[in-house]
Amino acid sequence: MSAAKPVDLTAPFSTRDVEPLKTGDVVRLSGVLFTARDAAHARMAEAIENGEPLPFDPEGQVVYFTGPAPARPGHALGPAGPTTASRMDSYSPLLIERGLKGMVGKGLRSEEVREAMREHGCVYFGAVEGTAALLARCVTEAEVIAYEDLGAEAVRRLVVEDFPVVVVNDLHGGDLYVEGRERWRRG
Amino acid sequence: MREIEVGRVAEAVRDLCIETNTCIRDDHLEALRRARANEESEIGREVLDRLLENAHVSCSERIAFCQDTGYAVFFVELGQDTHLTGGSVEEAINEGVRRGWDEGYLRPSIVESPIERANTGDNTPAVVYYDLVPGEGMEITMLVKGAGCDNMSALTMLTPAEGLPAAKRFVVETIEKAGPNASPPLTVGVGIGGPFEKAAQLAKKALTRRSGEPNPNPELARLERELLEEINATGIGPAGYGGTQTALAVHVESYPTHIAAFPVAVNLDCHSHRTRSVTL
Repeated sequence: MSAAKPVDLTAPFSTRDVEPLKTGDVVRLSGVLFTARDAAHARMAEAIENGEPLPFDPEGQVVYFTGPAPARPGHALGPAGPTTASRMDSYSPLLIERGLKGMVGKGLRSEEVREAMREHGCVYFGAVEGTAALLARCVTEAEVIAYEDLGAEAVRRLVVEDFPVVVVNDLHGGDLYVEGRERWRRG
Repeated sequence: MREIEVGRVAEAVRDLCIETNTCIRDDHLEALRRARANEESEIGREVLDRLLENAHVSCSERIAFCQDTGYAVFFVELGQDTHLTGGSVEEAINEGVRRGWDEGYLRPSIVESPIERANTGDNTPAVVYYDLVPGEGMEITMLVKGAGCDNMSALTMLTPAEGLPAAKRFVVETIEKAGPNASPPLTVGVGIGGPFEKAAQLAKKALTRRSGEPNPNPELARLERELLEEINATGIGPAGYGGTQTALAVHVESYPTHIAAFPVAVNLDCHSHRTRSVTL
């Protein structure tokens, strides 16, 4: 979302792929995203605690914090903007420790999450919630893969093309929310 | 005395749910355009461009502007000379929500119990506030209230000695604390006065006012302008990426209060600000 040329990135990916990214970089994500929000994260945490398998292996994957609205006929997915990521803060390190390489959401992350991201090589991307209808257009396939009873909160496997995000927390300690605010604060 | 059949209420609410969720009201669109013209940060202007594009797509394709299609909040102004016939008005409103959510492809986002957390599946029950007013007829104003920004709202019980400076600080601090979480640029509803719950209700209802329309009371209008300026000086900007447009409008409402009290409530609404009215 700046004059700089967007970076194209295809998920899943490795730490090496996201190492060059810097806070504020505009990225067009293609490939696979897994949706999960509050209720799905609670179940995944429970599965980890009980030694049960997760709906997907987090290694190299990206989680998108969203609960889409129902899709109209002919659409792969209904409107799907990001939800507030901080509600997933208590769960995210569990997935990051297991190889998760990216998260897409909106809003602040805790210090604990940011530390886990730096330690294990995971990037936090911001998307704009009020662009839900536009974001859904970037989704070419959507399939519920777990927790179907949760409805909008079920875990879905999405295939996306040129899904627009911006790097909020990179691997080098950068934080767009802090830097952006400091740059434009007056008085 | 005028009669209104509650079936008409259900029908009107159904249409209102779909219209409010898909087509952003003209005054909010205008506020977004104005913010786009005034925003100094490039990334902020990009966010505003995308919001405006999303508004166009959602309205023309009749799909929800935001996946969080919210709590269905209604402010009903009922003329006291009106007779509602054919059943319960509350049930009619909920029937309208049920149909609107189903036919409009809106997301059921309400859980039956805050503790058990089972989804009700149709976004009911609605949250309805009634005001009896002189005359005949019924005006229903819907506010689609997203949770991300509602979660960052706050209420404080100040003392009269702390007064207006503390109230202003509280409003700005609430927005500073919300940062990117409330999805700015925001519409900010502020309620001052009354007992505890009155302040919160005033703050919520203030969100339904036409964007940027000043309070008729010049003192409160001045407070609105001062708050808007201070909020936009925080630098939070569109989506919290940094910029000069953190709020589009501040709407302050007040009500008489107790000699011992100075309640202040701040209800935030995100850039997906959705409200509309219908008159029966």
